[in-house]
Amino acid sequence: MNDAGRNAMQFRDPARAAQMASLLERLVGEIGREPVSVMHVCGSHEQAIARFGLRAIFPRALEVIMGPGCPVCVTDMPEVDEAVALAEDGIRIATYGDMLRVPGTARSLADAQAAGAKVDVVYSVTQAQQLAAKLDEELVFFASGFETTAVATAAVLLGSPPPNFSILSAHKYIPPVMEIVAEMPHTRVEGFLAAGHAATITGCAIFERFVERHRIPVVVAGFEPLDILAGLAKLLELVRDRRPEVANMYPRCVTREGNRRAQEVLWKVFRPVGGRWRGIAHVPNGNLRLRDEFARFDARRRFKIDVSRLWDYAPPSLAHSCICGDIMAGIASPSSCSLFGKQCEPDNPVGACMVSTEGTCRIWHQYGGQLDLRDKDERA
Amino acid sequence: MCLGVPGKVLTVDGSVATVDFFGVRRDVRLDIVDEPVEPGDYVMNHVGFAIRRIPPAEVKETLALYEQLLAAISSEDLLAADIRGEIAATREKK
Ligand code: SF4
Repeated sequence: MNDAGRNAMQFRDPARAAQMASLLERLVGEIGREPVSVMHVCGSHEQAIARFGLRAIFPRALEVIMGPGCPVCVTDMPEVDEAVALAEDGIRIATYGDMLRVPGTARSLADAQAAGAKVDVVYSVTQAQQLAAKLDEELVFFASGFETTAVATAAVLLGSPPPNFSILSAHKYIPPVMEIVAEMPHTRVEGFLAAGHAATITGCAIFERFVERHRIPVVVAGFEPLDILAGLAKLLELVRDRRPEVANMYPRCVTREGNRRAQEVLWKVFRPVGGRWRGIAHVPNGNLRLRDEFARFDARRRFKIDVSRLWDYAPPSLAHSCICGDIMAGIASPSSCSLFGKQCEPDNPVGACMVSTEGTCRIWHQYGGQLDLRDKDERA
Repeated sequence: MCLGVPGKVLTVDGSVATVDFFGVRRDVRLDIVDEPVEPGDYVMNHVGFAIRRIPPAEVKETLALYEQLLAAISSEDLLAADIRGEIAATREKK
């Protein structure tokens, strides 16, 4: 199936990678308990870890878990239902490709499209806006993504989008969900690796409050294999020394304050409200919704969206066995799902984590997460 | 799509720049970039917007990962696909 080993050692600097690996080994040894679990919250980090086979060189006692870092995966069923209901009412929907097959309560947007609804795939909010400008019908952009992506949506609304254009926001805000994970009763997470490019916009100061409240270190890291290894080493050092701090291991992209201009644009248009993240929990301030000043571009206020009719259908029964939520909360891995790679595959996904290119199941399926040596030992 | 994609600014026209992405020319918006940019600068881009001007000293290091990933032969590669998605998210040159 997968030939993940093929890519395992494509480091630009293998000698330094080996050095970093033994440094990690030493740090875990100095911490002196196992496993030591740390979490990252970014699909691109997981892709890079899997792509470069990093788990093969992590110390045995180090667990690097992907948390709720896939915006498509945490889009809740009722949010998908809203898009499906609009599409079935004849409104044209534009959205990112991954959003098409994310299951709603009864149907996905792809199902609606197959049944004749007008659904267009776009790569960006600007393309959706340009599409709207060419049409003389309503166009709703079903917007997903974390704060980094929400900035682009906000910038488009601050320009002058055409009057037939509106937003159905499923945008999510990462810092509050880190608090939820940290507070979960069985959490083993002792440190967070934060995504470098998201922090380019938000700045690493955004994590200071979290660190203060939860006494858990956060390290901002880039996506080069060596950047990830260096980020992990810093994180283990902080864990070892019991120093809950924010450390920036990606200074070539990230500053403490971040991109102020982008932050202003974001908060001018959006406000954080509480809402459910699929499979995880209600996350206070975890959803980004349009402020009242932008009500005219808010699909939820422009249209009467009736999702109740979708709830008469029982969800497909396989979905009951999907453990995406546990995976994103860090208490299970794809290999503990009985459907993984069998009934659930990228071409025929059961859960959202297999749909999105940023979903843990999809990434492991692609690159073979089994490369994790711990799993191999368990099987042996 | 946390990854973004770096590119070299060729021309600037108001709030739009034409940027070279590994040989592909596209337009990106400059509404939210952190500093003024000029032709010759490198910028990091996400969903069609420049989000950061990359300081000249850091350009080489930043490009390295992308060059390696885009050289990946496999069209199945998720990281490479995301980078191509980021390039596709920018505007066709008019
Ligand atoms: S393999 Fe499929 S069903 Fe199992 S947790 Fe992942 S997405 Fe859900």
